[in-house]
Amino acid sequence: MDAMAVVEGFLAAAVRVATPLLLAASGEAVAQRSGVMNLGLEGVMLTGALAAALGAAAWGPWTGAGVAVVAGMLLAGVFALVAIGARADQVIAGTAITLAAVGLTGTIYRQAFGAAGAGLDLPTLSPLAVPGLSQLPVLGPAFFGQPAPTYIGLLAVPVIWWFLFRTRAGLALRATGEAAAVARASGVRTGLVRAAATVVGGGFAGLAGATLVLAQVGTFAERMTAGRGYVAIAIVVLGRWHPVGVALASLGFGAAMALQFLFQTLGLNVPYQLFLMLPYALALLALAGVVGRVRAPADLGKP
Amino acid sequence: MPALELRGIHRRFGSVHALRGADFTLLPGEVHALLGENGAGKTTLMHIAAGLLQPDEGVVLVGGVPRPGLSPRAARRLGIGMVHQHFTSVPAFTVAENVALTAGWPVAPDALRRRVRETSERAGLPLDPDARVEHLSVALRQRLEIVKALAAEARILLLDEPTALLAPAEVGDLLRVIRRFTSQGGSAVLITHKLDEALAAADRVTVLRRGRVVLTGSVADTTAGELAVAMIGERAGEERVEAPTPSARGGAGPLVRLEGVDVARDGGLGIALRAASLTVAAGEIVGIAAVEGNGQRELLRAIAGRIHPLRGLRQVSEPVAFVPEDRTTEGLIPAMTLTENVVLGSSASEPWIRGRTVDWRAAEARTAALLEELEISAPGPSVPAASLSGGNQQRVVVGRELAKRPSVVVAENPTRGLDIRAEATIHAWLRRAASDGAAVVFHSSDLDEVLALATRIVVARRGTLIDAPPGATRDELGALMLASG
Amino acid sequence: MGAAALLAGLVVLAAGLELAGYDSGAALGALWSGAFGSWYALTSATLVRAVPLIIIGLGLALAFRGGAFNIGGEGQFYAGAIAATWIGLSVGGLPSPVAVAAVLSGAVLAGGLWVAIPVLLRVRFGVLEVISTLLLNFVAEALTSLLVQGPLQESQRIYPQSDPIAESARLPLLPGTRLHAGLLLALVGAVLLHRVFTRTLWGFRLRAVGLGPRAAEIAGRIDSRWMAALALALSGAIAGLAGGVEVAGVSYALFQNLSPGYGFTAIAVALLGRLHPFGVVVAGLLFGALEAGAGAMQREADVPAVAVYVVEAVVILAVLLAEAARRHGAATLASLASVTRRAPG
Repeated sequence: MDAMAVVEGFLAAAVRVATPLLLAASGEAVAQRSGVMNLGLEGVMLTGALAAALGAAAWGPWTGAGVAVVAGMLLAGVFALVAIGARADQVIAGTAITLAAVGLTGTIYRQAFGAAGAGLDLPTLSPLAVPGLSQLPVLGPAFFGQPAPTYIGLLAVPVIWWFLFRTRAGLALRATGEAAAVARASGVRTGLVRAAATVVGGGFAGLAGATLVLAQVGTFAERMTAGRGYVAIAIVVLGRWHPVGVALASLGFGAAMALQFLFQTLGLNVPYQLFLMLPYALALLALAGVVGRVRAPADLGKP
Repeated sequence: MPALELRGIHRRFGSVHALRGADFTLLPGEVHALLGENGAGKTTLMHIAAGLLQPDEGVVLVGGVPRPGLSPRAARRLGIGMVHQHFTSVPAFTVAENVALTAGWPVAPDALRRRVRETSERAGLPLDPDARVEHLSVALRQRLEIVKALAAEARILLLDEPTALLAPAEVGDLLRVIRRFTSQGGSAVLITHKLDEALAAADRVTVLRRGRVVLTGSVADTTAGELAVAMIGERAGEERVEAPTPSARGGAGPLVRLEGVDVARDGGLGIALRAASLTVAAGEIVGIAAVEGNGQRELLRAIAGRIHPLRGLRQVSEPVAFVPEDRTTEGLIPAMTLTENVVLGSSASEPWIRGRTVDWRAAEARTAALLEELEISAPGPSVPAASLSGGNQQRVVVGRELAKRPSVVVAENPTRGLDIRAEATIHAWLRRAASDGAAVVFHSSDLDEVLALATRIVVARRGTLIDAPPGATRDELGALMLASG
Repeated sequence: MGAAALLAGLVVLAAGLELAGYDSGAALGALWSGAFGSWYALTSATLVRAVPLIIIGLGLALAFRGGAFNIGGEGQFYAGAIAATWIGLSVGGLPSPVAVAAVLSGAVLAGGLWVAIPVLLRVRFGVLEVISTLLLNFVAEALTSLLVQGPLQESQRIYPQSDPIAESARLPLLPGTRLHAGLLLALVGAVLLHRVFTRTLWGFRLRAVGLGPRAAEIAGRIDSRWMAALALALSGAIAGLAGGVEVAGVSYALFQNLSPGYGFTAIAVALLGRLHPFGVVVAGLLFGALEAGAGAMQREADVPAVAVYVVEAVVILAVLLAEAARRHGAATLASLASVTRRAPG
């Protein structure tokens, strides 16, 4: 078997699988920098996934993605209302949001597409090859032969970096997450900043769900996010709340998840459940290795 | 035309009427002391001037123009800069980032660095723009607060107890900087509860008592005695500075003995206390004089058994009473009742702790008795501690600790933020504990309190303990407290 | 207040169902009859569903009171179920009380082991248990799937489930129903926990750590870190017990999706019960009724059972909002940019 082709295939799979994680984690990193931990991320992603499926079935994949972003922002908005507006406990509010999302998506899915069973036939987002770059050996197809959301995710990295570290608004946002009282004394409207960051994070998570449906799996299934939203939160910690770190950690997880395909290609017979467990176990190991030497935004999680 | 004027200001917080028709006028180019004891309303009044609070009644005029509904941003734009008592900088950010945040400067790193350096040097307060605030000393953080205000182009500086945590020589530096500022046309308000500071530093003085202005005028036209009476009213007769009487109780040796003790910094890196040795006998009240961050916290907590020394000998007789600095996060659990808080601080030998269970009825009875004995005004033992005033909360903490009939009493800033009556009560209790045979060790960032209460003074400087010569004056102590250079 | 929250949840459900084109009347009717409509429904649906919710809820109340956020009840439940099944398959020869004791003890131990990693991570590395317990849920589910398709699969190797456990390892049933002795365990547990919270010194210390960890350390000389870790560990063991009870009392075997989300629903149960053991029992019964009714709702009104999660979520949010309103007063929903209103002194 051609080693180059195997590596290329593996990398391409890794990037493809990493994309939803990258999107969700990037948005969540911004939210966490402002002091909000959104455990409803899983639910937002799932909602985005269903919204994308519905939108794509009705109007095509691009509209589907757009609907997903809006749906994500709306659900995150509900979370923001409860956790920021009412200053309720963020952990519990987030858990409730995810619970609601599972219930909502399950119900709506069956109503719209009938009882669980056959996969849907959805129009998907096909890969967009970047002319020239996609011809590069090894890296070409992996990074430049992907569907649009991957490019959005990659572009988001420098944009978020620039926003956080080179603009006044970003400074104000970081101050909100580090020392909200100080930010307020400087005239920053911390509640508004946090709510905005949370909603933006929701948009990203919604797009992540859309990517899962429209650029990866091709259909919707109940609970299909399978904990990716939580993995995204772990990625934020592993990436030390920095856009570049988040991107690298996402890629790492994508690779771990894509190992399944690699092993299949190589004909190795390993129970698939081990691959299911791998990302979470890795996340735990990595968290242990990272935390302690890394500081979260000081006011993270405090109302 | 006054630079700043407040007329007829009223402000309530729930049932507390903090300001009752207060008037205040700040003239251009002057240093104006706003004097009053803790709780008189000084900070509230200035928060209103800075737009951080809205008055219930009254007018704020800036440069002669009334400004209803003043917001913090608007106040800043009008040139009002508040330098807060509790530092309002983001610890994780650099100096430059903090200045940019307050002053609204663009974040481009090189330009920002240059601007911060220029501004700080021009004011006579040089700072390293790339230093992380969490690593700065207290005096430098203070400097940053002022630089921030100046960067936001303040022409009116409101300084809230700026000298509270500084050593005497550092205070002198600060006051010089303020003078420089006013000589260049700015005006400054110095909020303070220290009489002599007001007299030394200000041109004019206004005294607030219980939310009302009691006296206002030029410093040259008034005396310390007059100001004291204005500040505390008819109780001016109670001299704050009393000569303490050391107890004559002998005994079987010192109750506190530290030898060659090293202690790691609490919540930070490095060693805070090095090769420290201290002995305290029964009946002594040892006052630790130190600027924050020089190891006194670690010393006290090592004695109290809350931090373990890295090496050295520690012999402290139980029971130990510990009054921590922060009553609401360390001394009490505000959400729990007074009874529960008393049980929290109990040792296992108390009668309401029977092995592994708690006899709540007995505990409640004891708490009720304690409240009465110590004249703590509270509706009863079953109210949450959060419902008490600061002074009463502190009384509960100190009372609970002293009720253990301790051999050793350790107290950190036991009267911070309390009014004169509460302060006198706590001092009396500490003296009584000493005369009952306990060894008392305490620290206060108020040097006058140390001088008033202690029978012996030890200075902590950069992790080393230095015995102060008996009869040392305030300035001599101040010199000992500061690192040379 | 809890009743109002429940009402809100049901209203939202009804509204949503109508919007989605379902017959909300039929749905709610099925919900009720499935939960309380008959003696059988009450004992064999509602109460049976309530037992794991109450047990896990009690454990979570313990954890939350100690300041530890255990979101991994689901995974700990599965760990307990796995151990219970494995032991239950091996104790055929033993007399019943011994067999049952062995099964349940194994479940407790397994739950404790499953939460040991988050405990270790928290104590040694300061890792937020919110994330670590959460991640382990998925590992437990995958592990269960692996086992029932592999080493623990039933002897005919057709279905992804284990063989039934030995008769002697099963909990006694109330005759004519599917209600098992686990209910007694749950109720006794609630009484015990109540005594711990209100009478014991340890229980007081736990509450202190949850309400004021710093003050507990300084004023109370309590090791807050260890207390929280212990609370976390115990809650995991209790959740494991719930898994064992489910296997020994209801399913008699292990298979995927043994838990319809008990670990998450129990969070709502603990909260709604205000972390009070008796409150947890009531809330557990309530949610048990909801989930029992949901099954009927799906069978009779064709409404997906998952819709009931929406009710649960609304209940949680309503309780949160009410709680927040009580704490922050009028400034609750309107506050987006207010400066703090405390007196500066």
